[in-house]
Amino acid sequence: MTDQDLKQTPLNAAHRELGGRMVDFEGWDMPVQYPAGTIAEHLRTREHCGLFDVSHMGEIHVVGPDAIPFVNHLTTNDVTNLVDGQAHYSALTYESGTVVDDLLVYRFGPERLFLVVNAGTQDKDWEWIYSHKGDYDVDLSKASDDYCQIAIQGPKAESILQTLTDTDLSSIKYYHFAEGEVDGVPSLISRTGYTGEDGFEVYADPGKARQLWDTMLTAGGYGSDTGILPCGLAARNTLRLESAMSLYGHELSDKITPLEANLGWICKLKTEFIGCEALRDLKANGLERKLVGFEMIDRGIARDGFDIYSGGGKVGVVTSASPAPFLKKNIGLGFVPPELAETGNEIEIDVRGRMLKAQIVPTPFYKRER
Amino acid sequence: MANIPEELIYSKDHEWVQVEGEIATIGITDYAQESLGDVVFVELPNEGDNFNAHDAFGSVESVKAVSEIFTPVGGEVVGTNEDLNDTPEVVNDDPYGDAWMVKVKMNNPGELDGLLSAEEYEEYLKSEED
Repeated sequence: MTDQDLKQTPLNAAHRELGGRMVDFEGWDMPVQYPAGTIAEHLRTREHCGLFDVSHMGEIHVVGPDAIPFVNHLTTNDVTNLVDGQAHYSALTYESGTVVDDLLVYRFGPERLFLVVNAGTQDKDWEWIYSHKGDYDVDLSKASDDYCQIAIQGPKAESILQTLTDTDLSSIKYYHFAEGEVDGVPSLISRTGYTGEDGFEVYADPGKARQLWDTMLTAGGYGSDTGILPCGLAARNTLRLESAMSLYGHELSDKITPLEANLGWICKLKTEFIGCEALRDLKANGLERKLVGFEMIDRGIARDGFDIYSGGGKVGVVTSASPAPFLKKNIGLGFVPPELAETGNEIEIDVRGRMLKAQIVPTPFYKRER
Repeated sequence: MANIPEELIYSKDHEWVQVEGEIATIGITDYAQESLGDVVFVELPNEGDNFNAHDAFGSVESVKAVSEIFTPVGGEVVGTNEDLNDTPEVVNDDPYGDAWMVKVKMNNPGELDGLLSAEEYEEYLKSEED
């Protein structure tokens, strides 16, 4: 079996014991869903709480006097805006302004940053980052093997996690983090996520992953109708899509700039970084395509890679699309020329040879009540 | 283990067939619905449409995937299960009962000979897993 070649997270056995259906995701043996099913997992996260193994994500330490200038040189967002204990979303860009990867940058201190990158791109990211070290006074280290990462997400995430830690979670603001203990395990507790819900991502020693996973399931009342549910990659994807969050390889890639993907807010174009000139030019000259959200009007489901038509011609492509379990609509994201990107505009999607009507709608499709 | 009723016959594409006279009723198997996950959309042909054996006559979609459905026997569609438009989840709940998909008036009942008995289908599933 080729399973032998796949990488495993420290929770692989837990997923199998829970009945997870395992698939090859970017070279990792990961659960796509558990027996409850994707829709139940998705809804439980929106209404109560979901638990996700995201230990496959990559981590890199950047330590030294030049940590901030170095990461600022590589990424689109402005690291000087971060304070200790804060994180932000950003992108690594090529000179062309297209994207090496999207990432989170955590600031532990003025000389210590922590980067969290995508699973499938972590080797490429490391090479890219390392190759730009030059004369910057920084130590770089790969830390992916030093961390498990468990995301606890949903309106009940705070109250469940609070039962396991002395750290006052209510004092951790969105996109901030604290170092504390969860069930006695030293952890980085970050108020971040990829679901559009409130919640936390907990980073800890991979040797303690199983303890943390099991204790969070127990604390969350796994097994009851309103208790926590372990969630697979399929629910992770539908949750992020309803929230219109980008997925590398879909809305972002080495052929797509953040500006086209509605991520101008993470591109601080008054600062200097690799790709800033290309992005300034693009902004000055106008985009040729823009990422939009759409909702199917006709009965049918768009899927990733389907072509978008308007006025009888092909005008773009669907980057991510799926049924939206909470919204109960068939939605998607895709690129169209800016002149077609108006809310309310009708487009057509080629669904296996049938032209089905869809309408451009504002994103995010789903926004939680605060 | 997937549920495989004795009284039906099966295709290697994971459709089941129930034969009454010259009418074949067709749906997808328990194994097929389990593999797909939550079914959210079923697309069926129109009554009066004609298909050859092994043609795709519709599709079943889950949150994650699309699966075409093939007719194991050729003929004219004489009935479709319209209820599946509004309640596609029945395919998960009752694949052999309320989630029947189409009734085909067979052109050549001899085409049924290539299909599998319940026992043979079970063997086939086991061999697929290995």
